[in-house]
Amino acid sequence: MEFFRIRRDIPFMRHALVFNIISLLTFLAAVFFLVTRGLNFSIEFTGGTAVEATYVQTADLERLRGVVRNLNYGDVQVQNYGTSHDVIIRVPTKAGIDQKQVPSRVFAALCQAEAGAVGTKTETTAKGEVVTRPSCTAGAGEPVVMKRSALVGPSIGDELLRNGSYALISVVIGIMLYLAFRFEWKFSIAAIVANLHDVIIILGFFAFFQWEFSQAVLAGVLAVLGYSVNESVVIFDRIRETFRRFRKLTTMQVIDHAITSTISRTIITHFCTQMMVLSMLIFGGPTLHYFALALTIGICFGIYSSVFVAAAIAMWLGVKREDLVHTGAKNEIDPNDPNAGAVV
Amino acid sequence: MNRYPVWKFLLMAIAVVVGLLYTVPNLYGDAPAVQVSAAKLTTKVGSDTATQVAQLLSAASIKADYVTFEGTSVRARFADTDTQIHARDVINAGLNAGADKDSPPYSVSLNLVPRAPRWMASLHALPMYLGLDLRGGVHFLLQVDLKAALDKKTDTLVTDTRTLLREKQLRTVVARDGNAVTMAFHDAATATQAVNALTDSFPDVQWTQAADGADFKVSGALKPAALVKAQEAAIKQNMTTLGNRVAGLGTSEPVIQQQGPDRIVVELPGIQDTAKARELIGRTATLEFHLADNGVEAAAAETGAGPVPFGDDRYDNAPDVSTRRGSQTVVKKDVIASGDDLTDAQANFDSQTQAALVRVTLNAKGARNMKDVSGQNVGKPMAVVLFEKGKGQVINVATIQSELGENFQITGIGNAEQATELALLLRSGALAAPMEFIEETAIGPSLGADNIAKGLHSVAWGFAAILVFMCAYYLLFGVISTLSLGVNLLMLVAVLSLIQTTLTLPGIAAIALTLGMAIDANVLVNERIREELRAGSAPQTAIAAGYERAWATILDSNITTLIAGGSLLLFGSGAIKGFAIVHCLGILTSMFSAVFFSRGLVNLWYGRQKKLKSVLIGQVWTGGAKQPGDQLPVPDDLAVEDAAAARRKR
Repeated sequence: MEFFRIRRDIPFMRHALVFNIISLLTFLAAVFFLVTRGLNFSIEFTGGTAVEATYVQTADLERLRGVVRNLNYGDVQVQNYGTSHDVIIRVPTKAGIDQKQVPSRVFAALCQAEAGAVGTKTETTAKGEVVTRPSCTAGAGEPVVMKRSALVGPSIGDELLRNGSYALISVVIGIMLYLAFRFEWKFSIAAIVANLHDVIIILGFFAFFQWEFSQAVLAGVLAVLGYSVNESVVIFDRIRETFRRFRKLTTMQVIDHAITSTISRTIITHFCTQMMVLSMLIFGGPTLHYFALALTIGICFGIYSSVFVAAAIAMWLGVKREDLVHTGAKNEIDPNDPNAGAVV
Repeated sequence: MNRYPVWKFLLMAIAVVVGLLYTVPNLYGDAPAVQVSAAKLTTKVGSDTATQVAQLLSAASIKADYVTFEGTSVRARFADTDTQIHARDVINAGLNAGADKDSPPYSVSLNLVPRAPRWMASLHALPMYLGLDLRGGVHFLLQVDLKAALDKKTDTLVTDTRTLLREKQLRTVVARDGNAVTMAFHDAATATQAVNALTDSFPDVQWTQAADGADFKVSGALKPAALVKAQEAAIKQNMTTLGNRVAGLGTSEPVIQQQGPDRIVVELPGIQDTAKARELIGRTATLEFHLADNGVEAAAAETGAGPVPFGDDRYDNAPDVSTRRGSQTVVKKDVIASGDDLTDAQANFDSQTQAALVRVTLNAKGARNMKDVSGQNVGKPMAVVLFEKGKGQVINVATIQSELGENFQITGIGNAEQATELALLLRSGALAAPMEFIEETAIGPSLGADNIAKGLHSVAWGFAAILVFMCAYYLLFGVISTLSLGVNLLMLVAVLSLIQTTLTLPGIAAIALTLGMAIDANVLVNERIREELRAGSAPQTAIAAGYERAWATILDSNITTLIAGGSLLLFGSGAIKGFAIVHCLGILTSMFSAVFFSRGLVNLWYGRQKKLKSVLIGQVWTGGAKQPGDQLPVPDDLAVEDAAAARRKR
């Protein structure tokens, strides 16, 4: 099997301007949505309480909203989580409310709505571990079971956001320094611009659809940043090699050749990674859903930005043979050069 | 050229064997067990307890896989849950025989321990801990108020300074100003004398002397190093106290860890009731100082010969309280000082006799009361009562030698070990600094099991899809790639188990993602080899060149990914940190497996064949341009594929 039978180098760079304009527009749209709509931060960032419960019957969200509204907790969100039997109830932090009481109060309200009595159940699992949990019994069964409750104080959120930005900044600086050291500053700028543009676009998606932005999503975004930079690195590596091997080509031809000869690898690699991510999207459940979604967007735009944006920016910045291939005989036998000796 | 020396093959074999050894314990699952831990601060669980449990079991002819003492508890593993429950009843009846039903000394609970064979555990091959999101339980994040700890420390310093200056007969008024101690003297000589005396006694404090109008002002503040030490000590003490409080719960692996400079994480698997858990870890064991009743009636009450006199209470003695009395002590109802008044308690030695003692420091309010009561009762015994779960226990009885103040010493304790223990018990009543709950999560057991299944399915199906695709596209090289990806997974899990990481759902996601990204290295190599073949290289040369040329790219791209992972590791917390650890380790193991290991497999297969005609790497299309220099600037044809050529090939 061979998917890519490329006779000639594809003139990607001839259309660089068009691609860059498309990128710019998408980027601006993402920024627009980020500014106007903002991100829908999870309670990890905003502080608040979340209660996840599962119903034996399909959960009637409208009725649940009414039940929770009676608790007077302000702007409470009631949504399905995963299946139609599972609900998540998010309560924001509000002055005058003892947060610690929220999970048990919410659960008590849900339980009463099902005409059940709240209690504590201690049971021994089949494996032989004792488990104590709050329960809601109505007759012989349990109409609603508390699956998870999470409570985050307001002080944590700011810190997470701050640490998240530090992480992003340190990734950007680290990668730029590495690329500048390994290649050249023009490449380092090109790669970081291209890949930050991916990050902004992912965030734009999250803002536009108001998907929940959790810590896991943040981790996914940063992981994808490292991953798409590595995409650009593969292409840059090839650009450097092509400059060395073919002295007569123009910069544009060199870039075209580099992209063409790596396109097969680019697409196959991303395809494989995407299969893994897709598997998480399908089997991972609600916890991994947005994480996988962020990765999917990141992978798709990662290809685009590495191929069409990063190289194009490097070209605009005026990458020359002299930037990468140091003239003189030393070049050929430089022991520190990983490509030394591999030149045919 | 495609040959490995023997040691490289050996290294590959070792990697696989070690990988298997450390991965396998994760596959065994858990076995039922009974855990014995101390339910009271005064109960000691040690290897003696293990022997005792083993004896109880053999007396009841119950067969345990093993009985061991680990950390703070004794665990016995059983073959099935019926034996487990039977054993629990036997051990409980044996150890807590004759004890009060409501507050037994030992907590005997049902539990789970790894089922993996013992010889694996002795090689440190243990399964990973499962995070709460995978096994259910409660998680708390507590913020320690270090400022309050510092306040407490400064208060102590003020009283200590006052005492010292009084001893040296240097008259002044000692006051507190923020976190500093200040005082003023009329002449420079006295001020210098004071500074010298203070520096000798409190080397942790920076004392400064300055002229302030007609007076000479002396002020002292904790040195930065001492400040850090004081804060660390406060956190540590709080963690010890929390540890004592959760020990009696009988959960299998309670986690108490410091997070950042001023936070403590508490995780209790197997409990979902946050309210109850919060109450338990927020509970303060209280400590009270009482006068012991020395009367005849009281002595009769202590031996059980008479009723408890009016105005008195009777408490059990802790096991190692050495008194002239029986197993109980009768004390006056009035409280002299309580745990809240206790600022510090430290084990120490008498500078002259070398006898073990405990130095106790009280706050101003406690000290005032102590002074009044002790002054009037010199020569009488004083008892320290520790309350747990509403039940008091006498942990020390000592005779008052003189009027006591803020600082006093309890002597006649016995050896240094007992002194340390008493100091610990005294301190256990109090937290060094108040704490606040800033995060709490409760995860149900069913959700945990659900999450494990989801995580495993994600990895398994993703891996299968990659396997099928790679084998179909790269044929033998695809098989080698998936084999090395499998080795990558094996090594990653082995390393994670070896360093005993806590596996969480984001951690499993990181494993999946890392595998998905790690295949990149194999693709790079395989594509390079095809490219070399396309350019007309001989198969052996193509393999060698493919690996060599791909290496630089693999290194570069992995380093950028590592930079991202490292930043997450540096700035992430909790689950994100778990994600980052797995991600970074996965990248490192992938470099080994995708480059070194897969090359080894290729060498093993093709390396010996001198006249290699072709390699099974899938179809290599040679119809295209071999050199970019061959082409002219191409017009608009983005025609990627020469359909006719392709058809011909087929």
